[in-house]
Amino acid sequence: MLGKLSWAAVPFDQPIPMAASAVVACVMFGVLAWVVLKGHLPYLWNEWITSVDHKRIGVMYCLLAMVMLLRGFTDAIMMRSQQALAFHSPGYLPPEHYDQIFSAHGTLMIFFVAMPFIIGLMNFVVPLQLGIRDVAFPTLNSVGFWLTASGALLVNISLVVGEFSRATWLPYPPLSELAYSPGVGVDYYCWAIQISGVGTLLSGVNLVTTVLKMHAPGMTYLRMPMFCWTTLAANLLIVAAFPILTATLAMLLLDRYLGFHFFTNEAGGNMMMFVNLIWAWGHPEVYILILPAFGIYSEVISTFSGKPLFGYRSMVIATMAICILAFMVWLHHFFTMGAGADVNAFFGIMTTIIAVPTGVKIFNWLFTMFAGRVVFSTALLWSLGFMVTFVVGGMTGVLLAVPPADFVLHNSLFLVAHFHNVLIGGMLFGCFAGYTYWFPKAFGFRLHEGLGKAAFWCWTIGFYVAFMPLYVLGLEGMTRRMQHYDVPEWRPWVLLAAVGAVIIMAGIILQITQLVVSIRHREELRDDTGDPWNGRSLEWATASPPPAFNFAVLPTISSEEAYWDLKQRAIQQSLLSPEPSYDDVEMPRNSPTGFICAFFATMMGFALIWHIWWLVGVAFVGAFATFVVFAWRDHDEYVIPVETVARIDRANRAARTKVLSRMRAAR
Amino acid sequence: MTARPGRSDDARARWRQVHETGRYVAVLSVLFLSSCKPAVLDPRGPVSLANETILLDSLVIMLAIVVPTIIATLGFAWWFRASNTKAAYWPTWAYSGQLELIVWSIPLMVIILLGGVIWIGSHELDPATPLASSTRPLEVQVVSLDWKWLFIYPEQHIASVNQLVVPAGVPIHFSLTSASVMNAFFIPQLGSMIYTMNGMTTHLNLLADAPGDFMGLSSDYSGDGFSGMHFAVHAETAEAFNAWVKATQADGPSLNRQTYPDLATQSIDTKPFTYRSAEPGLFRAITSRELPPGPGPRSGRPDSSVSPRTER
Repeated sequence: MLGKLSWAAVPFDQPIPMAASAVVACVMFGVLAWVVLKGHLPYLWNEWITSVDHKRIGVMYCLLAMVMLLRGFTDAIMMRSQQALAFHSPGYLPPEHYDQIFSAHGTLMIFFVAMPFIIGLMNFVVPLQLGIRDVAFPTLNSVGFWLTASGALLVNISLVVGEFSRATWLPYPPLSELAYSPGVGVDYYCWAIQISGVGTLLSGVNLVTTVLKMHAPGMTYLRMPMFCWTTLAANLLIVAAFPILTATLAMLLLDRYLGFHFFTNEAGGNMMMFVNLIWAWGHPEVYILILPAFGIYSEVISTFSGKPLFGYRSMVIATMAICILAFMVWLHHFFTMGAGADVNAFFGIMTTIIAVPTGVKIFNWLFTMFAGRVVFSTALLWSLGFMVTFVVGGMTGVLLAVPPADFVLHNSLFLVAHFHNVLIGGMLFGCFAGYTYWFPKAFGFRLHEGLGKAAFWCWTIGFYVAFMPLYVLGLEGMTRRMQHYDVPEWRPWVLLAAVGAVIIMAGIILQITQLVVSIRHREELRDDTGDPWNGRSLEWATASPPPAFNFAVLPTISSEEAYWDLKQRAIQQSLLSPEPSYDDVEMPRNSPTGFICAFFATMMGFALIWHIWWLVGVAFVGAFATFVVFAWRDHDEYVIPVETVARIDRANRAARTKVLSRMRAAR
Repeated sequence: MTARPGRSDDARARWRQVHETGRYVAVLSVLFLSSCKPAVLDPRGPVSLANETILLDSLVIMLAIVVPTIIATLGFAWWFRASNTKAAYWPTWAYSGQLELIVWSIPLMVIILLGGVIWIGSHELDPATPLASSTRPLEVQVVSLDWKWLFIYPEQHIASVNQLVVPAGVPIHFSLTSASVMNAFFIPQLGSMIYTMNGMTTHLNLLADAPGDFMGLSSDYSGDGFSGMHFAVHAETAEAFNAWVKATQADGPSLNRQTYPDLATQSIDTKPFTYRSAEPGLFRAITSRELPPGPGPRSGRPDSSVSPRTER
């Protein structure tokens, strides 16, 4: 009846996962109880869970990422403390637990922190920047988000029911095959990634279509803000690369469930095929994460330097060049597989070529600041921290792309330091910059600057203290994923790295405090005009938070910096542009399709993991029925009457007029 | 000496102090570097020396551009801060053809240089290429097992586990495979690592310049016993090596098709030991899967289909 599932699957004998899951369960039920008792459930259901508004979905993506960041960071601090203790000693985490922790850390951080954070920001910002009212496929967007959440839920269920994968975040066979990982861990990994992977692919299709097909009048490709370009590039990569991931994991699942031999030791299986395929997805994935972050820095640096982005066309070319080159370098992840000199040299050189457009970007940001008026806001600090940190990470990356150097550094902590250097110093700092920068747009009030800056310094210093020692450890020959070790030279550096993790934790605590303090002082931090940073692109042309329809009348664009020009004209004439003629606005209706689909997807994933076949059937039928009901619905839009549209827009115009008159008075 | 004597003395004293501190720092850093030199930067063979040279060369090439960039980033941001009234402000300056040309060509030239390093380095240091030497290489067959290393000396008909003894100054040709999951064979002070994979043979050529003891380890995660999967490497003089071979041949168990399955079962933190004899053709039997791949975990909580645990 319940397949492999029994009470024995719950690790009652292991205090750490039990305690952790008890805390998580308490928090979850606490929040749930609060929501129900306070009567917030209808609001949550109507305004958020069933929402197909790209802004709401974007916010939910970011929220998911932040919650998962806490979980992933908990794993990180457990790893650091285990290694700090495990010198000539087994430490406090036995291998079968430690191995789950680093596998979960990698999986969570990439799939459920980095991806949702970046997709959330793209979702929120891109339609606003393009001057449109929604994404191309609003309900699909909601389905994509909820499927991602469903994958995250499965990973977290594995904490209590059964186990998580012990085969790392990229489960190389034959270790991940049934013979060497007979447990449910790898199945949890695979189904969680399969489900969220579909969600990501849907999101990619949606955003590519949005950027390519939906523009405000006059918004030609070469007038799009940089962030839209990087979004386009990243989502093209998603559309091209994620099917490879899905297919590869499907093959692994066939091996595990139906006795196929794609990657097994027996019957002609070949693990090298898996390694190639997973990195054919895995390397573009790196650029899926970093390109949108590059877009965020472009926006932030330009805004806080009070200048347009330097070398806009160069930046576009560089972005698209990276987009194409991303697919030609995957082999550098396994130079040590013995492919031969020609192959290694080719992929080494291709990899270093990516450093050219990346270098160009760095220089262009540099010249954006040149002769500007640089305002050291929190968002800019994150960007500066990025520029300094990322060139170091980029340099060590190119170093690893030199095959003979990689032969002694591959899989070492040098590599771990490198990719954390580019992921934290590149991608995560970008997300934090974007979070700080667009927060007032989403909620109508700014985040507390002082606490934000304190968090920035903790993160930056903590990053250097935590990861520079790993570079040294890598040079000392320490390999990654060590549960214990007995080389005395490694010890001091491992301890120092643990101190760094604690400093980063202080940064995270400061960020949580910042959020709480900002919400409590929201009236002082209120942004009335919708343009708190003296912005340059269209998202600042509308109110904060923007109305459901974003723009009362779609703006007409005539230059690269649509809103900046509009604003300069208004300032010169001391007058807003004349009031447009308003009209009814049709918006897509909310739909629970995404939530219900994800509910069934979670059920199906869980049933597949535990071999509960009847439940697989039920869940599949349920998901399909949901889709049919959605497809056959008659009314998919609702109308916002012209009076409402006019009232909302006039309020924003009044706030802006007030600013103009204040400026006139000051002059 | 027009300055007042007091001030000049002061300055000289301060200068002396700075000088002393500088020397102190320099001495300290040299001490630090020489006493605990990281393994990868402390090469003991031609391969690791070449690895290190390429690593440092590439690093220097890139530092030449990275350091100025970091300085410029901080410098620009600081000089052009909004409160600095002396700094220029060109609010519409966003394009310069000449600058763009420089911006593209600097990284491009660095990469062209580095590309040359990569092409030549990859060919000269291909792990499968035999080392130039007048001495005939010693053959060692390496099998990664769950979770220990087996070294078979086909010409000496002996084998050892988690312990590799080689003659110094003699090139060693390793043929490597895995009995179960992927691993990587790595002796940081001797150079290049290489993967081991079941059903396949990879090749690696290394040489230890002088007698010495080195750390060897698996550098590709392979499961629960991975952290204990390291081995001691002893490079000996020719005489000492021959003596070791003799002593090994005299004592210990023998490795053959009957005893191999026992060795292939999972075990953690295996103590080094040697085999008096190794059956010829065993390595080939493993790579051709004539001998089946090592079995996975046996016991677990509550049963191996949910969460297998390795026996210790």
